[in-house]
Amino acid sequence: MPRSPLPAACLLALAALPAAHAQDGGQLNVLCSVQAEWCNMIQTVFTRTTGIKVNMSLKGSGEALAQIIAERANPKTDVWFGGTGDPHLQAAEQDLTLEYRSATLPQLHAWAQQQAAQSRHRTVGIYSGPLGFGYNTELVAKKKMPVPKTWADLLQPVYKGEIQVANPASSGTAYTMVATLVQLMGEDKAFDYMKKLHANISQYTRSGTGPIKAVARGEATVSISFVHDGPGEAMQGFPVATVTPAEGTGAEIGSMSIVKGARNLENAKKFYEWALTPQAQQFGAAARQFQLPSNKATPVDARVPDFKKIRFIDYDYAKYGASAERRRLIAKWEKEVNSLPR
Amino acid sequence: MKPARVVAGWSLAGLAAFALLPWYLTEAGSGLGQALAGKPWLWAGALALAVALVAARLAAGRLQGWLLAAAALAGLGALLGAGFAVERTGIGAGGALVLLALLMLLGAGIARLGFFRGDVFVAGAVVLCGALLALFVALPVGKALAGAFVDDAGAFAPAALVERLASERVWGLGCLAGSVRCGVAWNTVFLALLTATGTTVLGTLLALMAERGSRRLARPLNILALLPIITPPFVVGLGLILLFGRAGLVNQFLEWAFGIPPTRWFYGLFGIWLAQMFAFTPIAFMIVRGVVQGVGPSLEEAAQTLGASRWQTFRTVTLPLIKPGLANAFLVGFIESIADFGNPIVVGGQYNVLSTDIFFAIVGAQFDQGRAASLALLLTGFALVVFFLQQRVLGRAQYTTVSGKGDAGLALPLPDGVRRACQGIALPWLAFTVVVYVFAFIGGFVQTWGRDYTPTLAHLRTAFDLQWGEHGLVWAGTAWNSLFTTLKLAAIAAPLCAALGLTISWLLARTQFAGQRVFEFAALLAFAIPGTVLGVSYVLAFNVPPFELTGTGLVIVLCFVFRNLPVGVRAGSATFKQLDRHLDEASTMLRAPTSTTLRRVVLPLLKPALVAALVYSFVRSMTTVSAVIFLVNAENELATTYIIGRVGNGDYGVALAYCTVLIVLMSAATAAIQFLVGERKLGRRST
Repeated sequence: MPRSPLPAACLLALAALPAAHAQDGGQLNVLCSVQAEWCNMIQTVFTRTTGIKVNMSLKGSGEALAQIIAERANPKTDVWFGGTGDPHLQAAEQDLTLEYRSATLPQLHAWAQQQAAQSRHRTVGIYSGPLGFGYNTELVAKKKMPVPKTWADLLQPVYKGEIQVANPASSGTAYTMVATLVQLMGEDKAFDYMKKLHANISQYTRSGTGPIKAVARGEATVSISFVHDGPGEAMQGFPVATVTPAEGTGAEIGSMSIVKGARNLENAKKFYEWALTPQAQQFGAAARQFQLPSNKATPVDARVPDFKKIRFIDYDYAKYGASAERRRLIAKWEKEVNSLPR
Repeated sequence: MKPARVVAGWSLAGLAAFALLPWYLTEAGSGLGQALAGKPWLWAGALALAVALVAARLAAGRLQGWLLAAAALAGLGALLGAGFAVERTGIGAGGALVLLALLMLLGAGIARLGFFRGDVFVAGAVVLCGALLALFVALPVGKALAGAFVDDAGAFAPAALVERLASERVWGLGCLAGSVRCGVAWNTVFLALLTATGTTVLGTLLALMAERGSRRLARPLNILALLPIITPPFVVGLGLILLFGRAGLVNQFLEWAFGIPPTRWFYGLFGIWLAQMFAFTPIAFMIVRGVVQGVGPSLEEAAQTLGASRWQTFRTVTLPLIKPGLANAFLVGFIESIADFGNPIVVGGQYNVLSTDIFFAIVGAQFDQGRAASLALLLTGFALVVFFLQQRVLGRAQYTTVSGKGDAGLALPLPDGVRRACQGIALPWLAFTVVVYVFAFIGGFVQTWGRDYTPTLAHLRTAFDLQWGEHGLVWAGTAWNSLFTTLKLAAIAAPLCAALGLTISWLLARTQFAGQRVFEFAALLAFAIPGTVLGVSYVLAFNVPPFELTGTGLVIVLCFVFRNLPVGVRAGSATFKQLDRHLDEASTMLRAPTSTTLRRVVLPLLKPALVAALVYSFVRSMTTVSAVIFLVNAENELATTYIIGRVGNGDYGVALAYCTVLIVLMSAATAAIQFLVGERKLGRRST
């Protein structure tokens, strides 16, 4: 009898192999939603300076939230570092993350403190980056197009089929655009604008960084993206430049949260505090990511866009980060904009 | 081995595990120790095993059967019930072995009661496979799909399901009336029908070429046709974009030669279809090839002797005989297509399908798990429909061509028309494959793909650098870790997957028991739902006791095994339809026990199916992305997640260099598997 079920028996026996769960007391599980190089850098440096072993998984912010939701009965993650702020607010809203007030809070920029306050201190801002346009300098010159400077410019017929933006249903970047336009123009006018813009869009990509990659490789001419995604492409040799719209624009607030029920809570707090220090916040620029760090004392790289020269709207993160509003706006966009013929 | 000894053996093994091995995964202490230390329900397991040990000494008969079955059921019920209700820690070696022993005793008891013709081996195999399918397919998938019936607040609300599914976005037929698009459900079905038809036709043509066409072409065909399977996802998509994208070669050439401005015509249905043809034709090829090999040439010779032309013979004898292969290839193609996520996301453009919609309902800006579950339910429904259609088509017809008598016939050359069709379609397709791959390889060895074509080895060095340090060899590259983990986990998963898949197909083909269809469908289910849903469902089901496996390599292995199981089952089923059951019966009549028959008679005849299952599960394990993305962690990083991370950074060079290394490795592994398993010998002449 045991012959053929043997493989299956091995399978169950394998279930038994104790997977080396070395609990030395010195480890930390981090979900990291920023760029890989940045993640690796903070992992190495934090481990070297504290002796705490960091197990780091790299996941986009959407995947990270999905994982934290799926694990809610028995969390395996301690800290969620980085990624656009809305999913962090959603996690806070669903009571997945822990309320924690850092002593460093007063040293942070106002927008980072606001992010913390709006989530009842379940998350905090660690960096910010403005929404803007990316364009392919070679294609613009070849087709003799003007460089778009304002939201209104994008409606010009010359851009027909040349613009890419992500799909708000799947991308936080694109949702930031919808929310920005609604706050900038008022809801009705914003939707009128997006309906007109629809005629010029070649594709709504799934991922927020998709459009600027398409621009870099000549698949599209103009993208609506976060401007800090531009320099990375340009440094690889692609002809990409970015601008921010003159009428005003919104920004993302990259955030950090401690997961409720974290198994390594003490280490999680150590990491959280460390990540808010100026020393730790320099690694973004070191990894070629040019967002503005949230600690006022952090030295700012020259390639980070100068926030004083950008016109920002007064973005209401609490209202537009809430699940209900978000779902309503996305459904409305699906129904009124995305279903139109071009 | 005598059944009584088997029963006693499992009872003793279970008791030993109870007394000696650690019961829990993270806590020391055997079952005995834990039972004494305040976990009294663990005694139930020991008690059940002790009763079975006593029962083993009884005369074989109904009383023994009742005793065994009742004791095993009670033990299982108590342990699992307590496990799901009160346990705080996942079970470990001891617990797993005791459960296994109880399952085998349950099988023995059922056999003693007269089911399965009293065959202890068959009963044990059915119970064990059933338990594995229930635990690792039905439980997680059920848990995930149950979300469809729950509203946002978490209350049971079937109306929520109706509301989510009965929308214009899912079922709209606007495209027929000239609007922009149809509902995702129609899109998915339409694409799947195109892909399944395409891959079946192309796979059959290739298989006929390889088996019945020119001998010189057989070997390159075998290698080239398999290339797409061993390719990590999105390589083909990226290669196709470089060829057909707006900035791609074809469009640049059209602009240069005819002044046609480049457009994005490639993105959409056509692009996905082409990419899926690349990805899934090989599996159709493998399934049909095994079946074509098995077609007995003497039947064809008989037809010719009766005066049929080669075309008539092909149409009325050969083609009908390979029908099981065609039907299985179609089913697998259809299911692969509806579950495919990588290709629609890379080249889909505005063409939405269910798998991408589900993915974004889970991880997108909406975070609507209920919607994801509802759509996944719909997808599972489609798979179910095709599954039953396939059953109806194959029906009860006989396809046996491999019988006990050696077949002295000579395989018939293909009719001219068919041969020309094979060459006319298959050869250009193979050439096209070569072109796409050359592109992908080049990408790994130039500075920046699509921009700076200076040759370089820098990407390879980033990933796979080796240095001589003070203490010998240093694996300095950043990719070594993920490569070793992936190889290890895939190598563990492949034989398990093949063994389990073929065992299930054997049970389905050679035994009859109630609930067989359910069994068969459960084996297919893990395949039919998109990887992302499977991944999330594994986290939901195995992140909590009693089976707490997340964070270990084991949960990844299990995901590989059950995700790829259907290929083993389908390949096995198609082959079994051809094998004459009298071969088994002859062996049984010579008093060989079932296990010996399997090993000496059935297994050697199953070699093509075994190769298909081993190769496919190994290779797919190495290239899966969406199913494991929620299961990997820092300790168990996989090659694909490493590559996806690099692609996310726009670091195509390193990603493609890594893919090249993977392709070379997997080709070697495929060749090794083929060499080790060998070809089956069917007693046929070759000249």
